[in-house]
Amino acid sequence: MQFTKLLATAAVALGLATTAMAQDKTKVGFVYVGPVGDGGWTYEHNQGRLAVEEHFGDKVETVFVESVPEGPDAERVMTQMALEGADLIFTTSFGYMDPTINVAQKFPNVKFEHATGYKRADNVSTYSARFYEGRAIQGHIAGKMTKSNIVGYIGSYPIPEVIRGINSAFIHARKANPDVQFKIVWAYTWFDPAKEADAAKVLIEQGADVVLQHTDSTAPQAAAQAAGNVITFGQASDMGEYAPMPRVSSIIDNWAPYYIARTQAVIDGTWESTDTWDGIAPGMVGIGEISDAVPADVKAEALALKDAIAKGEYHPFTGPLNKQDGSAWLADGEVADDGTLLGMNFYVEGIEGDIPQ
Amino acid sequence: MDFSSINPILLLASLMVMATPLLLAATGELVVEKAGVLNLGVEGMMITGAICGFAIAVNTGSPILGLFAAAAGGAALSLLFAILTQFALANQVASGLSLTLFGLGLSALIGQGYQGIKPPPFPRLEIPLLSDIPVLGPILFRHDIVVYFGIALVVAVWWVLKNTRAGLVLRAVGENHDAAHALGYKVVRIRILAIMFGGACAGLGGAYISLIRVPQWTEGMTAGIGWIALALVVFASWKPWRVMLGAYLFGGVTVIQLNLQAAGVAIPVEYLAMSPYLITILVLVIMSADKSSAPASLGRSFHASQ
Amino acid sequence: MLKLEKRPQPSRMWTYLTPLVAVLLTMLAGAALFAFLGKDPILSIRTIFWEPLFSEFAFYYRPQLLVKGAPLVLIAIGLSLGFKAGIWNIGAEGQYIIGALCGAGVALAFYPLEAWFIFPLMVLAGALGGWAWAMIPALLKVRFGTNEILVSLMLVYVAEQLLASMSLGLLKNPEGFGFPGSRNLQQYPSAHNAELIAGTSMHWGVVAAFIAVILTYILLNRHILGFHIRLTGESPKAARFAGVNPARLILFCLGTAGALAGMAGLFEVSGPSGQVSIDFNVGYGFTAIIVAFLGRLHPVGILLAGALMALTYIGGEIAQSKLGLPAAAIQVFQGMLLFFLLAVDVTTNYRIRWTKREVA
Repeated sequence: MQFTKLLATAAVALGLATTAMAQDKTKVGFVYVGPVGDGGWTYEHNQGRLAVEEHFGDKVETVFVESVPEGPDAERVMTQMALEGADLIFTTSFGYMDPTINVAQKFPNVKFEHATGYKRADNVSTYSARFYEGRAIQGHIAGKMTKSNIVGYIGSYPIPEVIRGINSAFIHARKANPDVQFKIVWAYTWFDPAKEADAAKVLIEQGADVVLQHTDSTAPQAAAQAAGNVITFGQASDMGEYAPMPRVSSIIDNWAPYYIARTQAVIDGTWESTDTWDGIAPGMVGIGEISDAVPADVKAEALALKDAIAKGEYHPFTGPLNKQDGSAWLADGEVADDGTLLGMNFYVEGIEGDIPQ
Repeated sequence: MDFSSINPILLLASLMVMATPLLLAATGELVVEKAGVLNLGVEGMMITGAICGFAIAVNTGSPILGLFAAAAGGAALSLLFAILTQFALANQVASGLSLTLFGLGLSALIGQGYQGIKPPPFPRLEIPLLSDIPVLGPILFRHDIVVYFGIALVVAVWWVLKNTRAGLVLRAVGENHDAAHALGYKVVRIRILAIMFGGACAGLGGAYISLIRVPQWTEGMTAGIGWIALALVVFASWKPWRVMLGAYLFGGVTVIQLNLQAAGVAIPVEYLAMSPYLITILVLVIMSADKSSAPASLGRSFHASQ
Repeated sequence: MLKLEKRPQPSRMWTYLTPLVAVLLTMLAGAALFAFLGKDPILSIRTIFWEPLFSEFAFYYRPQLLVKGAPLVLIAIGLSLGFKAGIWNIGAEGQYIIGALCGAGVALAFYPLEAWFIFPLMVLAGALGGWAWAMIPALLKVRFGTNEILVSLMLVYVAEQLLASMSLGLLKNPEGFGFPGSRNLQQYPSAHNAELIAGTSMHWGVVAAFIAVILTYILLNRHILGFHIRLTGESPKAARFAGVNPARLILFCLGTAGALAGMAGLFEVSGPSGQVSIDFNVGYGFTAIIVAFLGRLHPVGILLAGALMALTYIGGEIAQSKLGLPAAAIQVFQGMLLFFLLAVDVTTNYRIRWTKREVA
């Protein structure tokens, strides 16, 4: 059993190495599922990493590996980071869930932070953003601004995260405008600019004058701009280059405050395993500047809605709400619990069409 | 379910735009394959063209210059493939796959710093009078110039292959390179030119996506269109007109699929998405009766031994 | 002017020397690239090639070479049989996916039953799935004469769509809160393709890859079928005279490649990867084509080529995280390695001569 002996000695050496490291710099690793140049999901996580570097300066060193496939490759990259003395590792894709748990078991002294998952351990936290809060504001603006009463929605894959966004946007669009209809197109991709452009064009051709997207490229923005009187919202990043028209606002993934806080916790030795699901209030979900293309009264209402959500006075999923089939979901004044929201696999009443299975 | 929301005129018009990058890349690859060379690196050449065109268009402010740069970039990359397969006699399948890998990496390297930039807008050509014709006007006469260039390219390739000496020589090289060599044709030189033509077309197709259809730069943005172009050449059984038909059919499946979804028709998206490939296989089977269609020397390396 | 002259026999010396020359050339060109990107060129090259093998943490990276290399070798071995005979299966990626789906499907059908026969049954299902998927181009070629390159490639896209459909539908983990992806087979002992010896990363897929290398070596050198394969590749006419049945050869070569690719998929899904998910496939099927050629279609060569490819992947990841090299630079570097390996191969079969006049 020479190998186990080798592992044991290595582990001891590692223990020494990590303590030695801890004395000078804190090392933070980031594992990305896409290239940092994707302009969306990974790009925003990398902005968070850069913010950590800027905030801590010489006290912290960050490393990252991009375009890491989910599965054994991710496991190896995490292990490698841990071996090289990382104190904290952010794994930024849902598919990294099981690899993160596996690696965390081997390195009890290294802290792990897994984005969008639900499995935790003593040294594994999870974090995610309540994007549906931002969707509520989009829905309100969409309902007020649409003239054709048709709102197009480009979905990626039919998973709870996306369905939650559709429901939230729809509820608030209906509140603002009882005649509004949603047309939903599933692109079956997170990232395919040409297909996203096509989907946006199709929706516009079918009468939509508002296009919401749950895919990360600016292709739908460009399609809307070409078409003229169509408004859109930035997704993941601000997409401000398309303001003031067609982009009238945006949902921004802002991971920087969270990444800085968690790094600080590791430096202070106060890090604990937590489950964070933050929204507008702590700034994890940013609402991009509402442009002048939106009438002043609508803008004021949208900002009021944002404040109410941020202060915790209003929850976007507040009853009375029925499911699509008409069965009761939430009673008057009742608020959806996080468990239901996390696994949401149904449309609310009023949305037409079926969720593809 | 509401079919009335689907506007057939707009549907056909967007089809023309959607098919253009496919049309360009596939027509280029058709010429390459007619010369007896199988270049599986279309995706790599497209993405390289996409970033070359984008970078030049942004830096010069001229989308037209960008298109030229894209063609040059695609052709330059294809030259690597030409050197490997024509001089070093490397296997074409492996070389083509390597070219795609290399092109994806290279384009991402060049493209660092070009994310989130809007390229200069591309002028849309509204042909006077013709564009006002009801129905036909919006379908046919309100596009950018590249759409028409793509169609013209198909016509030109068809005509050159069928009616000119150059086309005859090209086909001869693809059918039987030893015989062509014996007749005194410069097999290697002709093949290199064909490969570069294919590269230029692929590059142009890529730039159409990054400059006009999307328009933006992101890594890996061609997302597999180069592979579909390869399928298209076979689907068309190496006939330019059928490439055009195929490009509209492939584009059509996507656009109709999206239209049906938007109209609220419950369709199994994955199964519809695989249908173009299944149709291609079916076409291959049907075409197989016609033995003359595939260039006989396709994929084989040539070395003049005397 | 440079001129190529065919050697009467492939040069033994160059057969062994070319890969080394290619790696050296790649190191030079790569160093130039990394220097251009503002990184220390020598350190970069050292990190990619040296660190995984001999650094402080090599005890972890060396076994990882097996994890990364095994599927590549297993698939490439199968492909090499067909390539030798001039049968071009480039759809291994699809066969890999279908193998994984079938194998995982069997496991999930039995869940949560614990029994000894489940894993062997999964291997069988994986192999059968890959085999059946490869039989489509094989039968179409035999029956209708369709081009197997294109049919097998088309079937990759079909398989990818099936994978998406399965991980969102039929095989979705019922306890996964609606997220896409199947149950994790690593947590289902009867179906888990676990490490055979702790810490070595030696799983059944690695064993299968080694067995495949040995069996293929024997097949090609000691068996009449191997002779037929080689003969068909070198001269289809001579093969027909020798009584080779081309249809049976096509079915055998494509079928074997499919079965091995399917098994590779199954070992991956039940072991290192653990679950069926939308992006489960990471391109092993395509990379294996390159590995097969880098290994000169020779079983031992493929073994070495698979190890080299795995090395650049692992070293590349280390270089990314330690030196901040972009992933794209690693991709370009790999592309260069392939180009050089393909380019220098010409010296094995040809002599390069300087001549005064242009003859060709």
